Amino acid sequence: MKLIENAAGRQVPDEINGTEAVPFKGVGKHRPSGRKYAPSIPTCIDYPEDNNKVIISLREALVKCGLKDGMTISTHHHLRDGDLISNQIFEIAAELGVKDLVWFPSASFPCNDPVIEYLENGTVNRIEGSMNGPLGRFVSEGRMKGMAVLRSHGGRVQAIQDGEVRIDIAVLSAPAADSFGNAKGTGGPSATGVLGYAKADYMFAERVIVVTDTLVDLPCFPMEIEGNYVDCVVVVDKIGIPEKIVSGTTQITKSPDRLLIAELTASFLEKSGLLRDGATMQAGAGGTSLAIAVYAHEILRRKGWKFRFGFGGSTKYMVSMLEEGQMGYILDAQAFDLDAVRSVEINPNHIPYPVFNAYNYHSKGNLTTMMDIMILGATEIDTGFNGNVVTHSDGLLLHGIGGWQNCLHARNVIIPVPLFRDRIPVIVDRVTTLCGPGELIDVIITERGIAINPRRQDLIDSVKGKGLPLVSIEELKETAERICGKPDRAAFDERVVAAIKWVDGTVIDAVRKVKY
Amino acid sequence: MKQATTGNAGPKVRSDIEVTLEIKGSGGVELNLKSKVKSMYGNAIEMQCRELLKFFGVENAKLSLIDSGALPFVIAARVEAAVKMLTGTEAAFLPVMIPENVYNSARERFRFSRLYLPGNNPGMFLNAGLHSPDGIILDLEDSVAPDRKDEARILVRNALRAVDFYGAERMVRINQGERGLTDLESVIPHNVHLILIPKCEDADSLRTVDETIASIKRREGQNDTVLLMPIIESAKGVERAYEIATASPNVVAMAIGLEDYTADLGVQRTKEGSESLYARNRIVVAARAAGIQAIDSVFSDVGDMGGLLSNVLSSKAMGFEGMGCIHPRQIAVIRRGFSPTPEEIDRAGKIVIAYRDALSRGLGVVALGSKMIDPPVVARAQKTIDLAVRLEIIPQNWIEEEGKE
Repeated sequence: MKLIENAAGRQVPDEINGTEAVPFKGVGKHRPSGRKYAPSIPTCIDYPEDNNKVIISLREALVKCGLKDGMTISTHHHLRDGDLISNQIFEIAAELGVKDLVWFPSASFPCNDPVIEYLENGTVNRIEGSMNGPLGRFVSEGRMKGMAVLRSHGGRVQAIQDGEVRIDIAVLSAPAADSFGNAKGTGGPSATGVLGYAKADYMFAERVIVVTDTLVDLPCFPMEIEGNYVDCVVVVDKIGIPEKIVSGTTQITKSPDRLLIAELTASFLEKSGLLRDGATMQAGAGGTSLAIAVYAHEILRRKGWKFRFGFGGSTKYMVSMLEEGQMGYILDAQAFDLDAVRSVEINPNHIPYPVFNAYNYHSKGNLTTMMDIMILGATEIDTGFNGNVVTHSDGLLLHGIGGWQNCLHARNVIIPVPLFRDRIPVIVDRVTTLCGPGELIDVIITERGIAINPRRQDLIDSVKGKGLPLVSIEELKETAERICGKPDRAAFDERVVAAIKWVDGTVIDAVRKVKY
Repeated sequence: MKQATTGNAGPKVRSDIEVTLEIKGSGGVELNLKSKVKSMYGNAIEMQCRELLKFFGVENAKLSLIDSGALPFVIAARVEAAVKMLTGTEAAFLPVMIPENVYNSARERFRFSRLYLPGNNPGMFLNAGLHSPDGIILDLEDSVAPDRKDEARILVRNALRAVDFYGAERMVRINQGERGLTDLESVIPHNVHLILIPKCEDADSLRTVDETIASIKRREGQNDTVLLMPIIESAKGVERAYEIATASPNVVAMAIGLEDYTADLGVQRTKEGSESLYARNRIVVAARAAGIQAIDSVFSDVGDMGGLLSNVLSSKAMGFEGMGCIHPRQIAVIRRGFSPTPEEIDRAGKIVIAYRDALSRGLGVVALGSKMIDPPVVARAQKTIDLAVRLEIIPQNWIEEEGKE
């Protein structure tokens, strides 16, 4: 493996875990070739005639699906921090003496920290997915055997479709399923509302195991996992801990400083004209984003306007827009709270929408380019408007990319962030890790001023002279440094511990082992 | 004393540092730093601390630091306080006075909202001014524990120099009695606009504060005015309200503190406030008679914005011109409550125009529609209009604008 400089000026490996890697070439510059990946052709003669695929335990299902050394196991993250299944896979693998697995989750949560044990004992070689908390630290300290690969949600399904990642066994938890393997996110004690992250996995995996705690009579309808792709159905007591799957309620931030940023963002949306009748909007489930959604809702109500649609993850705040008539539809890949779960079940305008259909860059269209207003976060933004979401300024890998990179393709990308967190500047000279190129990031809103990307003269013109505190990104950086002092840069070892993929499968940056 | 600890640490503490200093006989300075910003600011923190110890003449010591992202002015205050506890040093390490903080206040400025910041919690200092309160109070009194008064005084002094107040009136609430006079020594030389005097019960104690300030200013060669706002928090204070309000020409406002006042009376404080009605009326009347602003007590339920607004409206109706706040989210509600409403402005505008019209036509009687308008009504309307102009709700030339429509 050697390091080469990519089009963004970052040193990236030309090979990842023994496979050749393509360096980032620029936004929209990489053109894929060849054909999509496909698993081998199954035949129904290998499956029970009564289509009853129920197997008594996950262990037997894994054995039946041929679990062996070096396999890639995928899971989705709909059970979030209440996931009781993923860790079990590796516990079983360890008991069976299986080694060097690759775990390919759509995201990981603190409840997955026990996987560290299986990374240490060799059961798991590496994780290709989001790296949060202690898992991120484990990787950053260079303790994981293989190289981590971080992808966006869209990049993940692109990698599956293109065959960059070949899933041997997909273990897909489902709040309700029938014996044929049809499954959905509603119903049962562990309802997640939507299963928007499961589609590419079940379509392209060699073997698919559905795990449920609620077996319903066929047909389990409307199915988000189609039974004809499914090998086995495992029925367990509990797939998740309900109160940790969805937060009882998602809450807007109580921090007065974050609320100030949210107010400023809402004011920007109104004064720029981005917020208008028929606009489309997407915002995350973070406290500041939720506050922005609430303020935007107030503006819509006051003006008698309506969002044409919003894209989830959905929250009670989006649901209230839908129910009160300020949002036409919610297209939804995941439901964040109980109100959202309830809404999916009863409201025909709250529509499950798989990530595979929305975010896949190697696809005949990309839903995110239709979004007028996109509210995102970041751990760092640099004076070139480049963004980092995976590492902190101290170099530790602590977050996944999520849908962030995919969402950068929206028409107007707005990032409300505090200018610094404690003493750590958010606006910096150069991002520690490059996750998104500055040409896609339009507006940075901080409590100490709004910086608009000079590439967006139209946006600058739209708010000029309207009383907003407009500053340059350099001024923001200088203000942060004047208050906090100029930070030393994190010190790194040479060794690459993680590769950061761009939405088209190319490598945009690499994360190195931290040096203490 | 062998060892001194200042500052705060813990899972919920932000932007502060806990400093433990032990002075030794030999061996130079040993420094232990735990910090969540170590990789970025570890070197800077260590260098700063060594410089500080050198400044205070401490050559041999063990310094242990638990840092939660404290800014340099906080680190300096914490180290100074620890050294002072051990050596009693009179030396002071002053951070640079940032140019943004060199501005004056004025007697007549608005004091609708004044935000209290606990003087020993630096985490809240930095962004307070961004919420646009009329005044920011760095509090040395009730929000600071008795054994933390000394370190808070140093921290507040440093904040007055290094924290941008974004144009808010710069206020400090001192302690009662002797301790309050010591507080003045620390803060007066650093462009404090206004001193709040808590539990003020007589004119003499206010004069003592006023004179102490005057002597510090003489010593420092300052000629700016330091304004005073006594807080009335007892039955005695209420009875002497006018006397206190007129005790010095530097008094610009008088506030009432209802928690202590109701405690003094031995009654419960209620949201309706009938138990304090007399006291509040008395303060308003005394303040008006003395030509100063009457300021209402804080509303302590920070989650109840509706309750706050109705409280502000009843305050305004009683004649108060401002209110304390303990949470930044209260600021906008208070400002809105004290501002004239569009209906009030509209009606006041009509009265003022009718009055001018009558004057220009040489009429002795002013009428709006079929209703006669007395001179006090005109005066009140003019006051509302002046307020709306000063708040920039209507333009200076509102009469011409009115004519265009």
